[in-house]
Amino acid sequence: MIGLRLYLAQRISAMLMAPLVLGHIATMIYAVQNGLSAAEILERTQGSFWWGAFYGLFVVAVSIHAAIGLRAIVCETFSLTARWLDLFTWAVGILLLLLGARAVAAVVL
Amino acid sequence: MDQAVEALDVKVWRGNAKGGSYRSYEVPAQRSQTVLDVVTWIQQNAEPTLTYRFACRVGMCGSCAMMVNGEPRWTCRTHVKKVLEGRHLEIAPLRNLPVIKDLATDMTAFFDKWTGAEGVFHPTASRADAIAPISPEDPARVLANEAIECINCAVCYSACDTVTANPDYLGPAALNRAWTLQNDERDGAHSRRLRTISGGGGCFNCHSHQSCMTYCPNELNPTASIAGLKRLSAMSFFKGGRDR
Repeated sequence: MIGLRLYLAQRISAMLMAPLVLGHIATMIYAVQNGLSAAEILERTQGSFWWGAFYGLFVVAVSIHAAIGLRAIVCETFSLTARWLDLFTWAVGILLLLLGARAVAAVVL
Repeated sequence: MDQAVEALDVKVWRGNAKGGSYRSYEVPAQRSQTVLDVVTWIQQNAEPTLTYRFACRVGMCGSCAMMVNGEPRWTCRTHVKKVLEGRHLEIAPLRNLPVIKDLATDMTAFFDKWTGAEGVFHPTASRADAIAPISPEDPARVLANEAIECINCAVCYSACDTVTANPDYLGPAALNRAWTLQNDERDGAHSRRLRTISGGGGCFNCHSHQSCMTYCPNELNPTASIAGLKRLSAMSFFKGGRDR
């Protein structure tokens, strides 16, 4: 139950995620190696447009990518109808988007 | 095969659409013996009601495929010595297809999907036109030739785990056929076929497990054909339409 648009959405979101994952890992290593405290990290991220854009884009890409990936797994495991599959895909995507947006807002705003 | 083996212990699945079970037969071992020879010996000497399908016996018609020791194979070109485990052989109907009786499966869904993927050639010229000159070196023709030798034995369809999990999936044979026609410049349904194979049960459901390539008795690579269809569909989409 994966058509052209879902396929492209998953591949394009993967292409976006690849450099973002590397950036995220580099950021984590930098923060740990330099022994930054939570307060020092928040000092750098709060009010930063670029950190907000970086992790905001990450959350959008993950929400799209994971929702379509889980759709394929659920389709082949539970044989749901197309309607239920669409519902499941949107539900997972929106849930991940809300949880991710909340996390981004917590460190940026 | 161990020369000391004089008799094979063969388990054959007997039953119908409602269910069945394995029955054991002692079959004399012979030199250059194929799995189809074994099945035929059982029918002619031990179990006259055993049902199975075959025609050419030389790997051309694609009708004798069965599960042999859990793997899909064309039985007429599979030597017993290659697949024997000790002296045991287990023969069952092809996976992913409903059983009619014993080793004969109902291949309706397989062929319906083949035509459902626009596997039929749509001519662009009439018999009054001159024969189109196609160079064997033409890049599209080279791609078509690499995938053209499919005999529709359904071994790839039976080997495909995506078909098992998603009954709507068109499967490797149908998509491989679609790929050959997309690379045939004489065909006039490229656009329509691309729409069909990029739909819900189409090429984008393939996870590239490559079981089709592993088990294809003609050593074709349907996974590569399906990857080609994915590329073709995506490129067509970005070019502002699915025409080609």
